[in-house]
Amino acid sequence: MAETFLDSSELVLNMGPQHPSTHGVLRVVLRLDGEKVMGTECIIGYLHRGVEKIAENRTYQMFAPYVDRMDYVAAVSNGLGYCLAVEKLLNVEAPPRAQTVRVALTELNRIASHLIWLGTHALDIGAITPLFYTMREREEILNIFEKYCGARLTTHAFRIGGLQYELYDGFEQDVSAFCDMFPARIDEYEELLSGNRIWVDRLTNIGVLNAAQCKQYGVTGPLLRAAGVRWDLRKAQPYSGYENYDFEIPIRENGDTYDRYIVRMQEMRQSVRILRQAIKRIEPGPIMAKVPKVIKPPVGEAYVSIEAPKGELGYYIVSDGSTQPYRVRVRPPSFVNLQALEPMAKGALVADIVAIIGTIDIVLGEVDR
Amino acid sequence: MRKFLKRLLFLDLIEGLVVTFRSQHPKHIYTEQYPAQSPKVAERYRGAPRLNINPENGETLCIACNLCALACPEALIVVGSERNEQTRRKELTTFTYDTSRCMFCGLCEDACPVDALELTQDFELATYTREGQIWDRQMLEEGPRPKQYKF
Repeated sequence: MAETFLDSSELVLNMGPQHPSTHGVLRVVLRLDGEKVMGTECIIGYLHRGVEKIAENRTYQMFAPYVDRMDYVAAVSNGLGYCLAVEKLLNVEAPPRAQTVRVALTELNRIASHLIWLGTHALDIGAITPLFYTMREREEILNIFEKYCGARLTTHAFRIGGLQYELYDGFEQDVSAFCDMFPARIDEYEELLSGNRIWVDRLTNIGVLNAAQCKQYGVTGPLLRAAGVRWDLRKAQPYSGYENYDFEIPIRENGDTYDRYIVRMQEMRQSVRILRQAIKRIEPGPIMAKVPKVIKPPVGEAYVSIEAPKGELGYYIVSDGSTQPYRVRVRPPSFVNLQALEPMAKGALVADIVAIIGTIDIVLGEVDR
Repeated sequence: MRKFLKRLLFLDLIEGLVVTFRSQHPKHIYTEQYPAQSPKVAERYRGAPRLNINPENGETLCIACNLCALACPEALIVVGSERNEQTRRKELTTFTYDTSRCMFCGLCEDACPVDALELTQDFELATYTREGQIWDRQMLEEGPRPKQYKF
């Protein structure tokens, strides 16, 4: 224990699992010296459903709806990662039309996920208003999902080998209307937050994680980019034709909570840019590759990782040649990023813990699986 | 000096409040008064299941092929069939669908070769008992009993 002016004993405080600011059922055991956090310990598993084990008892197609339930605010990205992994095992590639639609829907989902993050993060800090606005814009995205595939949250939008559903009439118009409307909305959020003194003071130099620490803990996504590392799997290992899109990777230097906020806001603008390009590129053609009705991949293994809204999302699938996977291992970004809570929270105040948990952007469905 | 004046006059807070008041206009109201005002769901919405019947003679379209039961990840569909001795065809006798375990993934309706099983736009699936969540053939064909809300 650190030397303090007044001698005090350590206090152990349980935060969660019913705490609203832990964004789910995360339990953090805090060791406190007064207001100062001396150490944290995350206790997870309250939402464990054994998704990886379920995969071993389901066929490849049957497991696809379950991956949506891991990171449920970015279900489309999860579906994309799983489908790409099975496609790699089968050695098939989705047709160009399907790939473009996949990119469009995944980017919409990235915006939806960041909107949820922004609203709840701001709510934790004490700014209630942005939550209502972000939910309003997210509603537009969910309406597009609902019209396209019939579900709003756990979409099950993609199938192995392409898409199940053809685009509905007016998809392009809906997306371009969203693209026209949305940048002004981001300006609105920034007007509410970026200059606000409470917001700036609560976030700057809180939860600093530098590039070396990020690499040490395997942290990916906006946390890594806010520390100044230009690493985005959409550029580093392009999938689904991302190499053909013109966009930038926003980075910042300090790696504090404010920088992560700025990075995510800029990522939303970049997603709008990708969306505009994607809807222009949707060309007529088939939406499903030649995939047998009964999927029996050859014996082998495949690992595919994609840039999910929260970081690197990887699917490692081992096939034993039967209709069911031998093993599915998911590398969830939230689970890995949550490790960084300890170095970020050490020495912070109790009130900052809420800001730090919010900035990691965890979804407990994905942490516990 | 300018920054100090800006802080002193709470300009950063007023800037945020302007955004808040811009959204106060009644035309920006987003709240839906459910259940008095029912939301209109999309055409492809995956909601309550329905077993389609031929509208002309009232016979079921289901050919009891069992493909939906095999496609279901939760194995919640049970198809009962009987071989008709005269036509040598399988005929549907019972059909149970446990909506309490359903995750509305839509794999069963994708698997159906004759478009008999369909997920409809009805999303009001609440019942008073767990048993009520298990839909039998009659309920799947005719839809759930009408509900009434009192205010």
